[in-house]
Amino acid sequence: MRQLHRFHGGVHPPTHKAESTRTPIALAALPSRLVIPLHQHVGNGAIPVVQVGEHVLKGQVIGRPEGRQSSAVHASTSGMVTAIDMQVVAHPSGEPDLCVTIVPDGKDEWIQHEGVDPTQTSHTDLRHLLRRAGVVGLGGAVFPSDLKAYSRHHKITTLVINGAECEPYITCDDMLMRERPGDILRGAELLRELLHAEEVLIGIEDNKPQAIAAMQRAIEQDGHQHMEVIAVPTLYPGGGAKQLIRVLTGIEVAAGVRSTELGVQCFNVATAYCAWRAVAHGEPLLSRIVTVTGNVAAAQNFEVLLGTPVDELLAQAGVKPDTDRYIMGGPMMGVDLPSAAVGVTKATNCIIAASSTLFPPPPPPMPCIRCTRCADACPAELQPQELYWFAQSNNFGKAQEYHLFDCIECGACAYVCPSNIPLVHYYRYAKSEIRVRDHDKRAADQARERHEFRQFRLEREKQEKAERLAQKEREAAAAKAAVAPVATPVGASSDPDDTLQMRIDAAVERAKVQAAAAHPKNTEALTPEQQAEIAAVEARRAKIRELASDAGAEDEPPKQQ
Amino acid sequence: MIQALWIMVAIATLLGVILGYAAIRFRVEGNPLAEKIDAVLPQTQCGQCGYPGCKPYAEAIAKGEADINLCPPGGEEGIHKLAELLGVEFKPFGEDAQPKPKAVAFIDEQTCIGCTLCIQACPVDAIVGAAKQMHTIIAAECTGCELCVAPCPVDCISMLPLEEKLDNWKWKYPVYEMRRAA
Repeated sequence: MRQLHRFHGGVHPPTHKAESTRTPIALAALPSRLVIPLHQHVGNGAIPVVQVGEHVLKGQVIGRPEGRQSSAVHASTSGMVTAIDMQVVAHPSGEPDLCVTIVPDGKDEWIQHEGVDPTQTSHTDLRHLLRRAGVVGLGGAVFPSDLKAYSRHHKITTLVINGAECEPYITCDDMLMRERPGDILRGAELLRELLHAEEVLIGIEDNKPQAIAAMQRAIEQDGHQHMEVIAVPTLYPGGGAKQLIRVLTGIEVAAGVRSTELGVQCFNVATAYCAWRAVAHGEPLLSRIVTVTGNVAAAQNFEVLLGTPVDELLAQAGVKPDTDRYIMGGPMMGVDLPSAAVGVTKATNCIIAASSTLFPPPPPPMPCIRCTRCADACPAELQPQELYWFAQSNNFGKAQEYHLFDCIECGACAYVCPSNIPLVHYYRYAKSEIRVRDHDKRAADQARERHEFRQFRLEREKQEKAERLAQKEREAAAAKAAVAPVATPVGASSDPDDTLQMRIDAAVERAKVQAAAAHPKNTEALTPEQQAEIAAVEARRAKIRELASDAGAEDEPPKQQ
Repeated sequence: MIQALWIMVAIATLLGVILGYAAIRFRVEGNPLAEKIDAVLPQTQCGQCGYPGCKPYAEAIAKGEADINLCPPGGEEGIHKLAELLGVEFKPFGEDAQPKPKAVAFIDEQTCIGCTLCIQACPVDAIVGAAKQMHTIIAAECTGCELCVAPCPVDCISMLPLEEKLDNWKWKYPVYEMRRAA
């Protein structure tokens, strides 16, 4: 029996997981349209590679990864691309982002795809394959998996597979582990190989006995070595990567340190599953398991094509009419969706239909009484009451001193707060303010640099110009002196106005020669009428010239065309 | 008595020599205070303060010639920062120097005649173009100083306020009705 550890704090919110685990994972119906955002992962958004009106096949790349930290996006089914435009996406801001809209043709026709044998393929190729297949962390962080499955500087000893799923209501990982443990474990083995890890620890909260049993059975059946399923105590937020690592290995991942530096890497179970499907079957990430629960007639898990509009998905679970908002994620960390028309993304693990009876509006907040219950509950061992104080008074420097950025926004502090203060909202506010300020500071530094360089450049150009002029004058003087050393007085030749006049005269002379050499074009093979017309025009011109010279406008000769 | 006096004189002379040497050896070029002030300023180089750039303004503040409330792009927060740095009282903006929302310049490329006047005006080289060629703004480098707007002979430059987009979106300050304790 393995010695387990515990992390600081934690809370026990009601889990509400039974509702959505009564029936197996259902395949969601093909929607009327797919709205697929091109930026579903951490890093740079994908660059669209299809055109409006193009017919795409299931699994075809519609967005190619851009830059090192990025991931590909694929068509989830076959159909016609009807739009590539800005649409509202599953983000609390409600701001639009670039999306590809596909109207399915109903055939669900695959592009040609085949898997590779991971034992016969180089690790670099496998990582490229994960990147091209759009595999990202499906636990919610959506970080590109190919970057995580690589550790150059640190020896990884332990690979943690995260099946804890601590957040209330969400059961997508639970059902995946119950129904498809074989592929999860094969994926875990693949990731272990890529990281050269010695052991794989699969952490599952002990309120999922069926998932634990299924995974253990699969390990025995497939004879996986160095793999162990460990039941961890049910305590929110035990599914946080740092918390799970702490519980399983006893390693405390300090602030600003990556777990890989301590020899541990962590992947979600669904990520391991998708990594295996991508490598062994050549199937890119096109769908994910989504828990649909809350104010619905039949809560259950669906395998949903990415891009499926949330309202079409909810209709299949029988959403009740008094639903007034939709939460993506769980009740602790989830965010309200700006609209029910947004498409399901790689980060959508759960959709909760919320009504005022199911989630009554929180009572109005009262002043902080500094009871420090939040500090007792905080899994990151922060001082939430201090952070709240600094955030609400816009004292961001102090908030950073108190390690605001170690906050994982789990909501345990707000859950226990007797004054009902929405603490996490304050932390999110402070974090985004600090990010913007850092960005402004960098922009200002860059502007300073550019301004200083510009001034340096202007100064340099001025000097160079002065030097060039001086050089030219010296040459001109030398030439003049060589031609007429006695006739030209020295003072006149060095006068810049004089040389300028000379140059102008020379240019005028050249222009005259050129004009004389120029011949009117298209004058051969003209009809007699055209020739008569030309003669008339020339006569008119001659007359005008005459008149102009009579008027004494000699300094402004008529233009010769 | 005399001996003690001599010792004191000797120590004073020695320290004087050390200090004199240090003043030459460890001399700091430029005014460090002006540089600290310059670091706080927003570097728009817009000249709204009446000085030809952020650095001259910083130097003027350091010399005590300029007020700290002359920089609208820095906002009230900028004044607070300057007040804190200099240990003086916060001073609100005057009526003619109110901060405006952040904006970037935009060239209407249909109207642009390629005169290069805006390129010469831009303090951070954020405009690309050449004589008789269309010009365009590098939006990421534009500080929103508006110095290019006035020289344009065909008025084809407009200032577009920065829109809130997904990548610069911020969580808003939480506004909740506090319940009064009974």
